[in-house]
This record gives sequence, structure tokens and C-alpha cells, in this order.
Amino acid sequence: MAAPPRPESVELLEKLVAALSARGILTEEEIAERQAITDRASPETGARMVAKAWTDPAYRALLLSDGTAAAEAMGVTMAGAPPLGVLEDTPTRHHLVVCTLCSCYPRAVLGYPPHWYKSAAYRARAVRDPRGVLAEWGTHLPDSVEIRVVDSTADYRWMVLPMRPAGTEGWSEERLASIVTRDALVGVALPRVP
Amino acid sequence: MPDDAPAHTPATHDLGGASRFRCTPIDPDDSPPDDFGKRVDAVRQLLAQKKLMTVDELRRGIEAIPAEEYHALGYYERWLRSIASLMLEKGVIAPEELR
Amino acid sequence: MSAAIAPGARVRVRDDWPEERGPCHIRTPHYVRGRTGTVERVLGAFPNPEDLAFGRPAPRRTLYHVRFDQKPLWDEGNPRDTVLVEIFEHWLEPLAEGRH
Repeated sequence: MAAPPRPESVELLEKLVAALSARGILTEEEIAERQAITDRASPETGARMVAKAWTDPAYRALLLSDGTAAAEAMGVTMAGAPPLGVLEDTPTRHHLVVCTLCSCYPRAVLGYPPHWYKSAAYRARAVRDPRGVLAEWGTHLPDSVEIRVVDSTADYRWMVLPMRPAGTEGWSEERLASIVTRDALVGVALPRVP
Repeated sequence: MPDDAPAHTPATHDLGGASRFRCTPIDPDDSPPDDFGKRVDAVRQLLAQKKLMTVDELRRGIEAIPAEEYHALGYYERWLRSIASLMLEKGVIAPEELR
Repeated sequence: MSAAIAPGARVRVRDDWPEERGPCHIRTPHYVRGRTGTVERVLGAFPNPEDLAFGRPAPRRTLYHVRFDQKPLWDEGNPRDTVLVEIFEHWLEPLAEGRH
């Protein structure tokens, strides 16, 4: 579990905000507004993009060639956000995203990163023992499938386009999106038909 | 590693493959940040919008935190430390305001 | 943007450790330094984070997606598995054909 902040950290934050407010640099209203905007981003956006790519070949091509434009096409504001790259899983290749240096994450389309993504254990192990990491999510891939770990070290943010599972023929985009979880968009899990 | 490779110690934040965490199970906690974390994040975004700091400077400040503190502090506590140091370094605020 | 290295080219990551020389901010993870990989894609040109982190003027540098076989990095793991890392041009050295 993520530990709560120490009292001295809470105190430091309030002193910092007070000092910045006193100088007219920011206001409580701006903080609340910023937080509300950030709270609205969620993995449902990434899931909708994947579901659309599964049903619309032109959108799939756009998603893979220019993730930023594909996000904008779904109504996401990408101005100021890092460029988005999308990694296509195939029958012989599975992608897993990590940031070993900090915790780069495609927040515009997935929202806040979960606690585990930022943990030292995930950051340390994903590049060295990806199969062991996947096993902790109950994800087991045959040895014949290449696991391609993508370490988000610089200016891009990465999202996985998983394979559409069998048994979803004829499903609507909305229903397809419902099985694309945040974990599947990072690559620790696969979309499953319930 | 080849036997003749010079020994280098990666920086604290440069965690890829770190032996220290080899056998550490990944904490399945998938909760979003708490209110403290969200508030730190909002302040960080505003300071970036107002051109008072960049994400690269934020990272440099985080990377400057000594190893044991780095691992003892929560994720957004590290951010806060870095933001506070940057605001002091740039003279945006004065040290006594944080005491 | 002029990308000097084409996709498919073999490259070596510089075996350099600036963190041992003093304060710095670098985005090349330790585990690929001195290692050989293959350029997968040219990602574009971005202001050099090594300068941005210190508020210095930051010239744009070409960013490459470089693929490494995972097993040689750690001497363990599945020989099929790979790691893809974003690496700036000034960390890469082209590798002549015929070398490992």
C-alpha cells in the first residue's frame, strides 16, 4: 500500500502553497481547477481508442502511425502533452511498458499512474524479469512469444494496442472497450472475455 | 557482464534491473494518488504552465535526493521536495517561508 | 530534421558515466551503456533534457528507439525477449558492419 504522506510533508506543501499564493503565483482556485481537469483523464479513453482500432482499420493505422493525432481524434486535448506512441501486439510479440528512471506514463489517455507502476519493484524488475512480473498479474505467455519491454526514458509516452480476443466477433465498440483494462494498456494483462 | 567490465554503480533513481528489488513482489495497490499527491501534482502542473519549472528540472531535483530518503519518501513527497528546492534555487520563494 | 542513423542500423551506446563526475541529469539508463542494439525507429528531435534540467539553452537532438536483446543485458531470461529504449543521438555510436 502507498503510505500516507508524513506530517512534515503535508506541512511543507501548505507552506509552499502559501508562499506561492502570497506572491500571486497561484491560487487555491487554480489548484482545484487543475486537479479537476487531471481527475477527468482515465483509462476509459485508452480503452475507447483500442476498441475503435479493433473495428476501424483506418483508425488503427492512424493510432499506430500517430498516437497523438489518434488521441485528438477521440477528443483528448494533447496540446502540451508529450507525444503518444502506440505499440501493436501481434501473435508473436507482446509489449510491456515501464519507466525505469522515473514513472513516465501516458496520462492524457490513461489518467494518473497506479501506485504499482511507480514502485521501485516494478521499475527494477520489468526490464529484467518481464515474465516474472507478468506472472504476478496471472499473465502467462508462451516462450515462443517475444516480450518487448518498452522503457519510457525520454520524450514519448507509450500505450499498448493489445490483440482483440477471440469470442468478441460482432461486439459494439462500447462493449469491446469494456474489456480493455488499464492493465492491458500497460501490458501487464490481456483483455479477457468474461 | 563480462569479467573485465569496470564496476559502475547506477544512480539511485536508475532502477532498471536493480538487484535490491529482484525478489520484491510488486505491490498490487492500484489506487490513484491520495489528496496530498493530487495537490502536489496540480501545483507542479501550474508551476510548469507558468514557466517557473520544467519536468526535466523536477526530475533533476528528485534525482538529487539521497538514496535512503529516496526510497523512504512517498512518490509525491519526492516531487514536493524537488519542487520546493527548485523554487528556492530559482529565488521564487525564500527559505524562511518554508521553515 | 536530419536523422543521421537509419532504422536497422546497429549502434553502440556510449559507455559513459557522467553521474560519477558530478551533478547531471541523463535519460540513458545504466543497463544499456556500452551495449549494442538496433535502431528501430527515429522518433523525432527534442530539446536535450540534459540541458533542460539545468535551465540551460537546450538544442534539439534526434531521439531514436533502439532495440536490445534482453538476455545479453542481464545474462538471463528468454532469448526472444527484447527491450526498446528511447536514446538521444549523442549517446549513440554507429557500429561498423562485421563487428559484433
